[in-house]
Formats: sequence, C-alpha cells, structure tokens
Amino acid sequence: MGTEPSPKIVIVDENPVRAAILEDGLREAGFSRVEHIREMQNLLARIYALDPDVIVIDLENPSRDVLEQMFQVSRAVRRPIAMFVDQSDTDSIRESVDAGVSAYIVDGLKKERMRAILDLCISRFNAFSKLQDELERTKSALEDRKIIDRAKGMLMKLKGLSEEEAYVLLRSTAMREKKKIGDIAQSIITAAELLK
Amino acid sequence: MTAHSLRIGFIPLIDAASTIIAADKGFAAAEGLEIDLVREVSWSNVRDKLNLGLFDAAHILAPVAIASSLGLGHIKVPIVAPFTLNMNGNAITVSPGLYAEIVREIDGTARDPLTTARALARVCAARRNRAMEPVTLGMTFPYSTHNYQLRFWMAAGGVDPDEDVRLVVLPPPYMVDSLASGQVDGFCVGAPWNAVAVDRGIGWILHFGPDILKRAAEKVLAVRQQWAEANPDVLSRLIRAHRAAADFIDDAGNHDEVAAILARPDRVNADAQIIKAVLAGRLVMAKGGSPREQRDYMLFGRDAADRPDPSQATWLYAQMVRWGQTTATPDGLRAAQATFRPDLYDAAIGTTTVARSSIGAFVGPAIEGDDIAAYLAAFPAFAKRA
Repeated sequence: MGTEPSPKIVIVDENPVRAAILEDGLREAGFSRVEHIREMQNLLARIYALDPDVIVIDLENPSRDVLEQMFQVSRAVRRPIAMFVDQSDTDSIRESVDAGVSAYIVDGLKKERMRAILDLCISRFNAFSKLQDELERTKSALEDRKIIDRAKGMLMKLKGLSEEEAYVLLRSTAMREKKKIGDIAQSIITAAELLK
Repeated sequence: MTAHSLRIGFIPLIDAASTIIAADKGFAAAEGLEIDLVREVSWSNVRDKLNLGLFDAAHILAPVAIASSLGLGHIKVPIVAPFTLNMNGNAITVSPGLYAEIVREIDGTARDPLTTARALARVCAARRNRAMEPVTLGMTFPYSTHNYQLRFWMAAGGVDPDEDVRLVVLPPPYMVDSLASGQVDGFCVGAPWNAVAVDRGIGWILHFGPDILKRAAEKVLAVRQQWAEANPDVLSRLIRAHRAAADFIDDAGNHDEVAAILARPDRVNADAQIIKAVLAGRLVMAKGGSPREQRDYMLFGRDAADRPDPSQATWLYAQMVRWGQTTATPDGLRAAQATFRPDLYDAAIGTTTVARSSIGAFVGPAIEGDDIAAYLAAFPAFAKRA
C-alpha cells in the first residue's frame, strides 16, 4: 500500500450481507477505512458527514440518482464527485453494471487505486450473486423433492407401483415431454386436485 | 414472420403508458415486435443500461437523453428520441405547512404562479431572518424537467434556486414519504405521486405543470443513434406501435382498461382510480377539495404531442446553460436539437404537415430561433450572496 493513507470508502447498500462481504474484501485488500450506510434517509447529509474518497452503491438502490446530484456544483455539494468511468473504457462500466454495482470517485484519487477498488467490488458482488443463486437452487431443489415425493406416492397408490417404478415413470415422462421432473410431478398433483 | 425481440427499460410512472400499452395491449405484436419490459429503480440505471446496449430502447427524461448526447454528467453516447412519450404531467406539491407560509405572504391568488413565486421569495427571506432552515424542495434528477420547472417558477419570483432554497434529488417513489416525514417541504414530480400525496392528506398541489409551461416535452422514447441507424425498420415499427398505443390511451373510453394495466404491480404499481384521474386531467388539489380540470394535464398522442419537436430541446438546453450545467456553444445546441428526431417519426408514421406550437412559459420571452443568448438575457442572473 506504500505510505499513502488508505482512502475512505463508503458502501451504500440496504443489503447487510452483501455489504459485509464487500467490506471484508476491502479490508483484506488493505483498505482499512470502510464505512457502511444502510439508511437512505438524508443520504447526502450522511455521506458528507463521513466525507469519503470513494462511494460504492448497488444498482438496485433507487438512491443512486441522489448521488448523481453530487456531480453538480451547487451550495448543497461540498466536494464534487464523478462516476468512475473512463471515456475510453466502457468495459469497466459494463462489468460493473453486469455485477450490479457502481462506484463514484471524489476528486484526487489515483486511477490505478480506483481500478483496484472497483475490480474488488465487482468480484465480491459477483460472489454474492453466486451465493444467492446457490441458495435459490437449493431451496427450489428441496421444494422439487417434496413435490416429487407426493407425486410418487400418488402413482404408487393409484397404479400399484413400487417407489422405484413410480420414479422411473416420472423420469421417462419428463424426458419424453422435455420437461423437468418437478414440473411433471406438479402437473400430476394439480390434476389429482382437479379430479377430486 | 418471427417477432423481433426488444428489451425496453422504464421507470414506474404513468408517462411510461405508451410503451407499456404498446407491449401489453398487442400494438407491438401487431408490428411484429416482442417487447420485454424491464422495470428500473433509477434514471441513472436506465441511462447506463441504454448507453451500454443492455436495453434497445428506454423510457427516459427528455433532458437525460440530451445530457447523454452532450456527455454531461456521464460518458458521451449520442441518443436519439424518435417519439415523445408525453408532454406535461408534472405538478408542484407542497406540505400543508409550506402552503400556509405561502398563503401568509401572498399578495393575490395562489392560482397564479408568479404570485406564488413572489410569496415563496418572502417565505425564504422570513426564514433567513429568523435563522430557520431554508425551504427544501425535492426533484427527481439534475437533468430533469422537474428541476428546470421548479427553478423556472421560483426564479420568476426572485428566488435564487441555488442560494435561497435547498433543492434535493429524490427517487419518485420516495417523494411522498419524504414530504410526510418533513425531509422536504415540497416537490416537483410526475404522476401519480402528486395525487398520491394529496390522497394521503400530506400535500397540497400548488401548480399543475401547464401553469408553468403550457407544452413541455417530458419523457421520450430513447434509442442509441447507432442502433437507430443499424435498425431503421425495427425502429419504424416501434414508433408505429407507440403511436397506436398513444391513440388508444387518448380515447377516454379506454381509460378503465389502461388504468387497470398500468396499476399492475409489475408496471406502475399504483391505485387504478388515481391513474384514471390523471389520465382524465381531473385532480383534487387538497384532500377533501373538489377536483380541478386541466385538459392538457398530461398529453400523449393528442395535439401532435408525440412528434419530437427540436424547439423543446432548444428550451431544455437553454435551461442547462441558465443553471450552469453547461456552457452555450453552437455545437452543443446543435447536438441537443439533433437528439429530437421528427424525421424518424415522420418516416414511420407518414406525417407531412406539422403545426408548430410554442412552449408557452408563464413569464419571459419565447426563444427566437437559436438565439439562446438573447433569451437568457431576459432573465437576470442572481447576485451571489456573501
């Protein structure tokens, strides 16, 4: 890190888990001065009180437009900031938009240091999305298993099949109709309810 | 024919109606288009995703399209607007507290914007003399019609928007709560939020947008210039689908259906009755009061409102210059005007004759041709206070 003081980074994010993941990453990388704003009320006043060098905000946050006001030179704005973009470097914007994060830089910070911070934000945001996807997948897999078990039970009872045979029937039907086994199971349950 | 698929970003506001109705009511499908609507949370997101090509088109503030073409506040990406989604639709709403302060200082009727602006100037002075917090007003974005309409109004009464009041950006869905919590004393925003504030009994509508400017371009359908050049046929179809949707919205017989579609949670997510009142231009100004009717409260296709008018871009550019967001240059003015593309509209619709109409501001001269300097000279600059 050299002798330069660590820039002060403010994370604006209503999601505490994602903010914690990002904060940890920044601290591990040697950025020791990291603050987190969760409350969007009076956002500008909070930011001014912290007086950061860099502001990181998630793109799902409507308050992103509030930050854009800080580009304007007016009495309300003490230190003008800019979004971290390079006219020549649309890749960095695309990467950050894809990851769902945007970074604003307060004048004075070196471009290379900013790039390092942005890259870290992008990778941590992507890591968070992956985590969330996995959680969703696990949840829906559990849901599927419950549905498949119910449908299997119905098939066993109605058609006098063994558990193994009921499962094979579900699977082969799913393959033939090019559908997910969970969807076939759900349609059996729906049909059974309609025919009750 | 396989449908051409388009991703279009929008902000949940009633003035996205033409795009939403084009997508949901089959007008896009009739032109062989399949629209995937993406609901966004900020103008910054809509702008960035349009600029990066993640959106093919977008519902966007007219001045954001111009700012993007000029490279103001962000990277420069030439944007074109081949269709004006609406004119007007904004209102200025104040808290009951600020309304009472204005009425205490007023010399005339609160219906007249010049009278209220002068009263606001006295409110600001009174607050300053008593060392009170300045009046704080919300608007939606630095490059927004709301910012310019608020500034235009108050400056006419002698209020310096950069010194005498505090102007803050707030996302539209936060406006009403911020007024309720006292974080702001008033705001200028689009529909339905003024009506929502009145309905909750926490805001009084002071002025409809047309009280300030009779005809003001509000949101545009925006695409990248490069995309427009690469996809002329698709663009023409998209314009025609919007034109058909605007006609549908303008027919009062369809207002129930339009309101029901817009009210859906994945669209504007607002009360259908309030949406209907906005479409009809019949809004209650204060809770319990009788509605005020304004035929031009929000214009979609009616009176050629949907045909892009470069003189609207000239006016918006002049406001950017007036408030120090950019320095006037002939190239800048041309780039701003070139954002509005009546030629693309005409090519798609087959329009030939056009009735030009003026913006009709409540004070000050109209802009003669491209003479922004002469226009701005009519508005004295504010002296910097020590």
